Amino acid sequence: MARSYQDLLANAREQVPEVQVADLAGRRDAGAAPLVIDVREQAEWDEGHIPGSIHIPRSFLESRIAGVARPDQEVVLSCASGNRSLLAGTTLREMGFENVSSLAGGFARWKQSGQPFDVPQTLTPEQRSRYSRHVLIPEVGEQGQLTLLGSKALLIGAGGLGSPAAYYLAAAGVGTIGLVDDDVVDASNLQRQIIHTTDRVGMHKGESARIAIEALNPDVTVNVHPFRVDKDNVLDLISQYDVIVDGADNFPTRYLLNDAALMTRTPLVHASILRFEGHASVFLPYEGPCYRCLFPEPPPPDMAPSCGEAGVLGVLCGVMGNIQANEAIKVMLGIGDTLAGRLLIYDALAMTFTELKVRRDPDCPACGEHAQLEFRDYDAWCAGVGRHPVATASA
Amino acid sequence: MSVVRIPPVLRQATGGRREIEVPGATVNEVLDALYELHPQVRAQLQTPEGELHRFVNVYLNEEDVRLLSWLDTEVGEGDTLLILPAMAGGAPGAPPRPRPRSGAAGARRGAP
Repeated sequence: MARSYQDLLANAREQVPEVQVADLAGRRDAGAAPLVIDVREQAEWDEGHIPGSIHIPRSFLESRIAGVARPDQEVVLSCASGNRSLLAGTTLREMGFENVSSLAGGFARWKQSGQPFDVPQTLTPEQRSRYSRHVLIPEVGEQGQLTLLGSKALLIGAGGLGSPAAYYLAAAGVGTIGLVDDDVVDASNLQRQIIHTTDRVGMHKGESARIAIEALNPDVTVNVHPFRVDKDNVLDLISQYDVIVDGADNFPTRYLLNDAALMTRTPLVHASILRFEGHASVFLPYEGPCYRCLFPEPPPPDMAPSCGEAGVLGVLCGVMGNIQANEAIKVMLGIGDTLAGRLLIYDALAMTFTELKVRRDPDCPACGEHAQLEFRDYDAWCAGVGRHPVATASA
Repeated sequence: MSVVRIPPVLRQATGGRREIEVPGATVNEVLDALYELHPQVRAQLQTPEGELHRFVNVYLNEEDVRLLSWLDTEVGEGDTLLILPAMAGGAPGAPPRPRPRSGAAGARRGAP
C-alpha cells in the first residue's frame, strides 16, 4: 500500500522523539550538550548553523555517520524546519542508534528564538575558481585560502625583491598588501623590478605597483605608504600587518625593522641581494634568531656596496623575492618549515644553494635575555659613528 | 686543503675568485694562508690587532665558528670555510633619501 509523505512523517514521529529549542539551548548552556548533526544541504549550512554542530547532508548520513558518532551516543538531528531530521532519525534508528532525537522546528525556529548561530566564511564561486589550485592542496584548502584573504603583508620596498614578492602574494590572494617606498620608477629599475612598466617611469613606485596588483587580482586591497620607514612611523605602520617582507636596500632600515619587529612581535621575512648572490631567512621574534643574532653589527660602508654601486642580476631578484613570498605565505598559514634558524645563500652564477645554521644569541643586544631594546640613530650607527672602536678600525 | 668561499664584496681583493683552496689545520691557519695569497683581504676581515671584525661571520661548513672554538676551531680536509658579511642590497639601489623627480611624478605622489 502506498504511503504519503505525511504517513512517513507520522511514522517517524512515533519512533523519534522531538526536542524543543529551549531544552536543547538550556542543556548547551549548562555544558551538557548532546552532539548536534545538521542534515541540511551545503548551501543551507553555509547560510548559518548551530555553533558546534556537525554537518552531514542527509544523502550522506548512512555513509558518514560512523566517523562522527557511536550508536550508544546521544544525537540530536537538525534540519531547516524539523521534518528531514525526523526522517533522518528513522535511518539512524535502523542503524542501531538508540538515543536519537530531532530538533522541533529545526534551524529556523532556533534562529527565530534568538539563539546564537555561526555563518561560515566561504569562498565566492569566483574565488573558488581563481584559487582552485590552492584549494586542492591539503595544506592550504578552502580554510587556508580564507586565511590568506584575511591576512595582511607589509612589503618594505616595491623594488627588486618587492616586485616579485608583491606579484605572487597578490596572485595568491593575500587580502591586504602594504607597499612602503618613497621612490619613483626609473628606467634603470625595469631590468628587475617587474611590477613596473616602461609607461610608468616617473610614477611613484607604490602607485605603479598598485596598478599592476589591482589588474591582477581585485580581491587585494593595496595600501600605498609613500615614505621611508623611520623610528617615528615604524611601529604604527607594522602593527597593522601580520608579516613583514624586508626588501630594503640599506642597513639602517634593516636594523630598524628588526628592532621594530621584535617590539611588535611581527614575523620578518628577510632577503638581500648583490650581483649573483642572495641571502634569505625568516626571523620569528623571540622564537628564533633575529637579524642581530646573525649580524650583530653592519659592515662599514666600504664593505657594503649597494646594488646601485655593485650591480645585481635581475633574475636573482625574482628568485629571492619569490622565496620571500613563499616564506611569508607559510608564516601566514602556519604551515611547513620556514627558514627561521637558517640562512639560505643562493649563488646564481654557480647555481648552488647553501644553508647555514643561525642560532639565537643569548647575549643578543636586540632579543637576548638582558637586552634593553630601544630605537637608536640607525643612520649614524651604520655609518660607524659611536660603535666599538674595534669594529671601525679598518675604515 | 680546505676551501674558502669568498663573498661578492671581497672578490675584488681575491682577483674575482669565489673559491680558494688553502692549507691549514685551524680557522686561524686557513685565514693566514688566505692572507698570504691575497693580502688585501686581511684588512677587510681583521682589526690591526688581529681580531675578526664583528660584522664578519665565519662558518665552518654550516656552523658559525663563534659557537665552535672560534679561530682555534679545527679545519679538516675538504671542509668549507665560508666568509659571510651582511649584505644590504634590496629594492632600488637608490640613496636612502627621496629623490626628487619630474613634476609629473611629484603631482602623482600627491594624488590619492
